[in-house]
Amino acid sequence: MSRNPTRLAPLVVLVVLALLPYSTLQVPGLFDGVLNSPGTLQLIALCLVFGGVALSYDLLFGFTGLLSFGHALYFAAGTYVANLALTELGLGLGAALALTTVVGVVLPLLVGGVALRVSGIAFSMVTLATAQVGSIIVLQDPGGLTGGEEGLAVAREPVPDVFIGVFNTVNKYWLALAYLALVYLVVTLLTRSRAGRVWAAIRENERRVEVLGLKPYPFKLLAFVLAGLLATLGGVVHLLLLGGSTPRVTTTDFTLSLLVMVVLGGAGSRWGAVLGGVLYTYLDSRLTDLAQSPAVQDLPAWLRVPLSEPLFILGALFVVVVFFFPGGIAGLVARLRERRAGRRPGTTPPPDGTTVPGRAVEQLREAAGRGVGVGAGQPRDGV
Amino acid sequence: MSTVVLLTVTGLGLAALYFLVASGLSLIFGLMGVLNFAHGAFLTIGAYGTWWAAENIPGAGATGWGFVYAVAFGVAVGTLVAAVVELTLIRPLYERHIEQVLVTVGLSLALVALVRAVWGADPRPFPRPELARGTTSLLGANVPNDRFLLIATAIVVLVAVLAFLRFTRFGLVIRAGVENRTMVTALGIDVRRAFTLVFAIGGAFAALAGALGGIYLGSISPGQGTSLLIFAFIVVVIGGMSSITGTAVAAVLVGLVQQFANYYAASGVGDLSVVLLLAVVLLTRPGGLTARLA
Repeated sequence: MSRNPTRLAPLVVLVVLALLPYSTLQVPGLFDGVLNSPGTLQLIALCLVFGGVALSYDLLFGFTGLLSFGHALYFAAGTYVANLALTELGLGLGAALALTTVVGVVLPLLVGGVALRVSGIAFSMVTLATAQVGSIIVLQDPGGLTGGEEGLAVAREPVPDVFIGVFNTVNKYWLALAYLALVYLVVTLLTRSRAGRVWAAIRENERRVEVLGLKPYPFKLLAFVLAGLLATLGGVVHLLLLGGSTPRVTTTDFTLSLLVMVVLGGAGSRWGAVLGGVLYTYLDSRLTDLAQSPAVQDLPAWLRVPLSEPLFILGALFVVVVFFFPGGIAGLVARLRERRAGRRPGTTPPPDGTTVPGRAVEQLREAAGRGVGVGAGQPRDGV
Repeated sequence: MSTVVLLTVTGLGLAALYFLVASGLSLIFGLMGVLNFAHGAFLTIGAYGTWWAAENIPGAGATGWGFVYAVAFGVAVGTLVAAVVELTLIRPLYERHIEQVLVTVGLSLALVALVRAVWGADPRPFPRPELARGTTSLLGANVPNDRFLLIATAIVVLVAVLAFLRFTRFGLVIRAGVENRTMVTALGIDVRRAFTLVFAIGGAFAALAGALGGIYLGSISPGQGTSLLIFAFIVVVIGGMSSITGTAVAAVLVGLVQQFANYYAASGVGDLSVVLLLAVVLLTRPGGLTARLA
């Protein structure tokens, strides 16, 4: 096992990240304060949470080949249900977590149960529409429960003291790290399990799975529920981290940004998805600061205006990645590694036999081609 | 009675808006297999183009023919952007559907953010020509004229598209391409020209919907296109993904259901019933309303 150093890499990263709050290192350019200042820790914690959520989305998109446009729903359910359980029902953190976990299983079970009856683009549309329901409900503010556009602050009393206040940011940071480690561990175990191999087979060719005598539906539903549950738990961590829920996480834009994270990092790769989530969140936050900085404010208007919108830069970056680096960061690294080893790309089987980082998107093409109403086959245009 | 009339006409007006957005989406999906997330951005660009022209271009204005010029400018910009997007970003990725969808997702984020960066996130009041300001008495109900404007435009567009598909050579290529693209290619016809054409037509309709939506809602904001787009997607799926008449029927259905449920139940219930409608249609007829039975 220890012969392959990359196997230990996640553990090393985990230890380094766990010890990070003890460092007073100043990283000029990357962060404003020293590493263990509350502002920096809060930003890194946010990056870690979204790294975990992106990985949970990768379980669906990259590992099983299900292009859901409604993953925001489960994350939002996590933050809002936990928030309401703490604030309105007055439950303790443990009971609230238990209740949220139940919701995090039942909700994707119901939605997935319906949505997975159709496949291809229709599946994407049903998930998009159901997520829209969540967004509408939150914004309509039924009975003054969700706070509408204002968002909803969490009550302080039921939350343990260790998670309250700027002084305890370090505890929230460790919580976020623990969440990411949990998701990483669960996804690693799942993708190596028998179910994980069936998921990979479904992604490659669903019909062949059927021919082999397996029903894809329960496996797809399992992936959908597990990914939903992991995202729900991410919502709870996000709630504790921010001290409230924001309707921003219910929107389609949030689901789309999860998709951007995963593709940016590399669909079908665990560390790629995490890195994509971390990078996206970091850039989103830092580019906002950059837009206010004098360096950008002094630029001529035609440069300053686009640079003032992080989403413009991220969207454009995303298009560039799709065009020139189809496998995202993970695909790029895999290609470089293969080139250094002197092998022709694409000839070696992946190390753990489950996924080729970055190939998920290519493999999905076929699935998309089967969408409703499209002529079968892959026509090549003339000449 | 007057309430029912008002709700029906308003619902049809909304349906007209959905149809304008969804018809382009369904043409693009039917022919190219691309679900175009950037369509909402085309709508926003059309709306802001019209608004900008009405204020800045000499000859164009907020009323009368000046407003028609402004709308023409907005539609022209929308068409141009859609054609350029197809030529530069979608064309190099032919037959790679997921990447094409991803590119349109990135574009929808970037273009809307760009509009927000230039003109701000706050809603801008949209010019209302005097024709759309008044009301008309219909069966005892005072119906605002902008509804009729929307419905009339959508009917003209529907008839024009059906005639175009039926009686022109390009229409023939598009219809054949929706049926079986491989076969059309095998017959020596370059379908790619038709791809650019449907993208441009879709962009034009979306931009027109943006301008009309501005009149209907009284103001425009960068995020408007995206929220309309979700309902347009639902309309496309209910309508059977690639049929213009199916899309028209689905748009009317969705518009009416939304208006009536929002009025008689509670605000927001209409939006939820539309989603329910989608679920019911997909579960009973997975291919949408116009799916041929196997």
